[in-house]
Amino acid sequence: MSVNLTLLTVMGALYACGIYLLLERSLTRVLLGLMLLANATNLLILATGGYAGLAPLFDKDTAAGDYNDPLPQALILTSIVISFAVTAFMLGIIYRTWVLARQDEIQDDAEDRRVAETPSFDAEDDSVIPVETSEFPLATVMSGDRAVRADKAASEEQPGSLNVDPSPEGGGE
Amino acid sequence: MITVLAVHFAVAAVAPLLFRKFGRNSFFALAAVPAASFIWLLLQHDEVYSGTVYSGSDGAITEVIPWIPGLQLELAFRMDALAWIMSLLVLGVGALVLVYCARYFKDKDDYLGGFGAQLLAFAGAMFGLVTADDLLLLFIFWELTTVLSYLLIGYARTRLSARRSALQALVVTTAGGLAMLVGLIMLGSTAGTYRIQAIMDLAPALVAGPAGGVVNAAVVLILIGAITKSALVPFHFWLPGAMAAPTPVSAYLHAAAMVKAGIYLVARLAPGFADTAAWLPIVLGLGLATMLVGGYRALRQTDIKLILAYGTVSQLGFMTMVVGLGTPDAALAGIALLLAHGLFKATLFLVVGIIDHQSGTRDIRELSGVYGSARALAVVAAIGAASMAGVPPLAGFVAKESVFEAFLQYKSETGTGPWLLAGVVLGSILTFAYSARFMWGAFALKPGVEPTAFKPVKPAFLAAPAILSLLTILYGLWPAPVDAWIQPYAELFVHGSEAPPGHLALWHGITPALGLTAVTFVLGLAMFYGRNAVARLQALVPGWIDSDRAYQQTIGALDDTAVWITGRTQRGSLFFYLSVILTVAFVLPLTALLLANKPLPPGLYVIDPGSPLQLVAGAGIVIGALAAVRANKRFLAVLMVSVTGYGIAMMFALQGAPDLALTQMLVETMILVAFVLAMRSLPPGLRDRTGGKYRVIRVVIGLAFGVTMIFVAIHALGARVAPPVSLQFPQLAYEGGGGLNVVNVTLVDIRAWDTFGEISVLALAATGVASLIFVRGRGDRIRTSASVAEGTVGRRTGARGSTREDAALAMNRRFAAATRDAWLVAGRTLAPERRSIIFEVVTRLIFHSMIVFSIYLLLAGHNLPGGGFAGGLTAGLALTIRYLAGGRFELREATPVGAGTLLGIGLATAAAAGMTPLLLGGEVFQSAIVELWLPVFGDIKFVTSTIFDIGVYVVVVGLALDVLRSLGAEIDEHFEEQPETTEEGAAEDQDSGGFPGGVPAGSAAGSADAETTAKGRT
Repeated sequence: MSVNLTLLTVMGALYACGIYLLLERSLTRVLLGLMLLANATNLLILATGGYAGLAPLFDKDTAAGDYNDPLPQALILTSIVISFAVTAFMLGIIYRTWVLARQDEIQDDAEDRRVAETPSFDAEDDSVIPVETSEFPLATVMSGDRAVRADKAASEEQPGSLNVDPSPEGGGE
Repeated sequence: MITVLAVHFAVAAVAPLLFRKFGRNSFFALAAVPAASFIWLLLQHDEVYSGTVYSGSDGAITEVIPWIPGLQLELAFRMDALAWIMSLLVLGVGALVLVYCARYFKDKDDYLGGFGAQLLAFAGAMFGLVTADDLLLLFIFWELTTVLSYLLIGYARTRLSARRSALQALVVTTAGGLAMLVGLIMLGSTAGTYRIQAIMDLAPALVAGPAGGVVNAAVVLILIGAITKSALVPFHFWLPGAMAAPTPVSAYLHAAAMVKAGIYLVARLAPGFADTAAWLPIVLGLGLATMLVGGYRALRQTDIKLILAYGTVSQLGFMTMVVGLGTPDAALAGIALLLAHGLFKATLFLVVGIIDHQSGTRDIRELSGVYGSARALAVVAAIGAASMAGVPPLAGFVAKESVFEAFLQYKSETGTGPWLLAGVVLGSILTFAYSARFMWGAFALKPGVEPTAFKPVKPAFLAAPAILSLLTILYGLWPAPVDAWIQPYAELFVHGSEAPPGHLALWHGITPALGLTAVTFVLGLAMFYGRNAVARLQALVPGWIDSDRAYQQTIGALDDTAVWITGRTQRGSLFFYLSVILTVAFVLPLTALLLANKPLPPGLYVIDPGSPLQLVAGAGIVIGALAAVRANKRFLAVLMVSVTGYGIAMMFALQGAPDLALTQMLVETMILVAFVLAMRSLPPGLRDRTGGKYRVIRVVIGLAFGVTMIFVAIHALGARVAPPVSLQFPQLAYEGGGGLNVVNVTLVDIRAWDTFGEISVLALAATGVASLIFVRGRGDRIRTSASVAEGTVGRRTGARGSTREDAALAMNRRFAAATRDAWLVAGRTLAPERRSIIFEVVTRLIFHSMIVFSIYLLLAGHNLPGGGFAGGLTAGLALTIRYLAGGRFELREATPVGAGTLLGIGLATAAAAGMTPLLLGGEVFQSAIVELWLPVFGDIKFVTSTIFDIGVYVVVVGLALDVLRSLGAEIDEHFEEQPETTEEGAAEDQDSGGFPGGVPAGSAAGSADAETTAKGRT
């Protein structure tokens, strides 16, 4: 099987440049990186077709092996048009980002950061709860430092309760 | 049996409706279900006990319905002696507890319907668990009881304690259940069957056979399930926690039924697997530890319900030991104890519920003098407690006596026996002590404590515990029937000529067991009377090991780890994620390549003999890519990427792919325009904001990835051994597809499905672009040029510019004012300073030619380079030129049909081309060749797949139009809507020769201002 090193070298260079741009913060550069990656991949598919050959326009007198392989060509044709559609879509995203945030940069996800800083305290799991000695309470129970009627204490343990230690996360809020 | 199950679940399903209508009295209706089943069960007695033990068919009733044969899963049920006794307990206590519930709850309690349904469903699930004859079916019921237990414990859903306890019980028992599932599957697949009875028959062969190790491991895993379910050390903590459940639930699930499931499983497996290596250490060791820990902790509780809960823990350990011992006497004693425990513990829990209900507390420091207010209740409780302590002539005494017998027997046979016996006696002493403590705490008149106000107890409320305590007495006085029930099970343990099991009896005569009972009573009474000393002693012992705290710490550590790992890995940085992914993507293949150390395949060449020019094109591409990386201006970078794109088109041409070259050229041009249109509002500078360290990382990852891809490609290409399938394509295309252009026929015929998928993606992407820009709707409402005044579109409000620009503007104004016919339909709508004479004229001249050419490409594509994609893109370019020359109204005039409609028509045409052959009796996307003669054209060969290609063409035009209308026209309008802030940058952009998109170099200066204004504003 034949391996065209020129095509593969160019492909490698395009991959390298594409990845470099993809790792950038600017959305525009990320998009350009994606386009380079698409081009590189098209070259890779092209290389699977082997030696350069005749254009695959059927001719009775030509042996099938003399054409350049038509199958990779069909795949690449599909890929080219799809990349165009995807590029247009990304352009739409870039424009919308700019209109909304005046940003052309990929921001770190604030939600992820917040999650990373979450303390492991969870009111549902970790707060101290009063000891209950009846399902039909007439008595009072101690909730932290104050006495609460037990039935009231039970109903207070819903979200928004004062009965539960408010945590930094706001378990009591 | 299946009917009984079905009735339980069916009534449970309609229970909420009953409760809505009849309130709490509906519990009576629910109780009727297990009660009727109980009667049915009694009627089955004769049949179940009809056969002889050794005949193999000992009269057990079996029912089997195939369920999933592929998984060997069957609805197999089997009622033998053990299942019958367990069912007796489950259904009997279930009915009584439901009756009790009718007075325990109030009509106004929330969620009563759901609660009743869950309790009844639990009874059904428990019945299914003890009668299931299939390991997996057993597991299903097992987990069903776990889930229902979770729901029932969490009945008071507004209480944090209930929620937390429910979750804890669920986590612990499900964890054990998972281990058990693994064990069950190991056991089932080793045995080759999941039928429990068949496995028990095979058991001796399995244990001794070659797979003995697997069976051992399976048994250990199953025991873990049993241990968690039956709350044995070290998982015992969930049971006291589960006391947050309403007391009837505690009585039924956590005393009589569910926690016995583990014991049942041990009892079920003991006849076959008690001889495996790990069995006795686990069962006896953990059982004894649980018995002692539970008894010890019960003495420290001040809540009478918790005294009972720890008492249950202790008794569960006790029962596990006895049932798991694996001797005939122990089996008899174990099941007897299980029944006795079910009776007395359910009684006591129900009594606790009544006390709580009538007095509002369960705290022994507050309860005082209850005996005076409720004598009947106290008598019932006393019977239960006495049975628990093992006082004659009650059920507990009979059972415990036989247990002592069994352990005395066992002691004489093995070395560990004396220790076990001592442990059991110590546990029994503790049991006696906490039983006495319970009675004293609940009913006694305590000095210094005000007598508790106690509402009178209604007979209906007391009925259930009273019946249970009567049964306790009956069992104690007349144990013969119980003995007969258990004998068939106990005889399973008799091997060969060993002695048959003994019998239950109230009076065995003066035996060592009776002596042990006497010792238990004396020491137990001593502990009770010396309770203050005991309490002081217990207070001295530090709370060393508390499993509950260990559980909390485990869960807490898990939380901490989860938060830590999330924080380390989920950083919210795309760069970080991509770096990790890409690094993996090159490290793995590269390592594999280096380790394999394969020589490079033959057939490598640098210069293709057919087209040496590839080297030059390649050099151009690489330079373009490097320049794109280095470029610090937005448009320069875009241009450089375009250079690589055009270079690739060149490469395609050199390789022998004219179709690709053509399409790539067209697409590159469209993309360039789209880029310029979309980016005109963004600042021109493209700063590299990642620092030096990260840049090195990026270079390394990029280079390594590129190199990896090269070597992967070399090896992948070199691995080919078969001739390519595409060698058939030219012939196929010509004969089957009727076309000369093999690539085009491949697209529209050979691989038509693929292409159909692709145009669907195009339609989606086009709609996506339109949605992103128009936000609301698809923007098919653009007005026609007649609706706007002449020369108003894109008018510049600011007065600035050099003399040279002024001159050009003056020229344009004259052009616009000329009265003769306009070159473009909507040209007049543009402001004079935006118009370009030459461009309008050229557009007028070439637009129609381009459209005709695009149609030629479409139709000729079947035989020559071209086709739907190339044709559609050419038409799209023609529209682009119209738009650039005449603005958005010109575009509107050029396309009377909306982009969305075009996409729809295109997809519909393509789909029709695919479906029509199906209707005509062919296959999807089958094409036919029609040869006909037309005047002018002469002989014509028409292939039906051309219709499909027309669909492709229309979709591509729709896509191009959507891009122009969104990124071009609509963004124009955004600019005009806010002239104050963006007028400078936008106007400047569009100024150069009337290009709304502008020329990159010309727009640079103006857009810089736009950035400043924008930044200043935000």
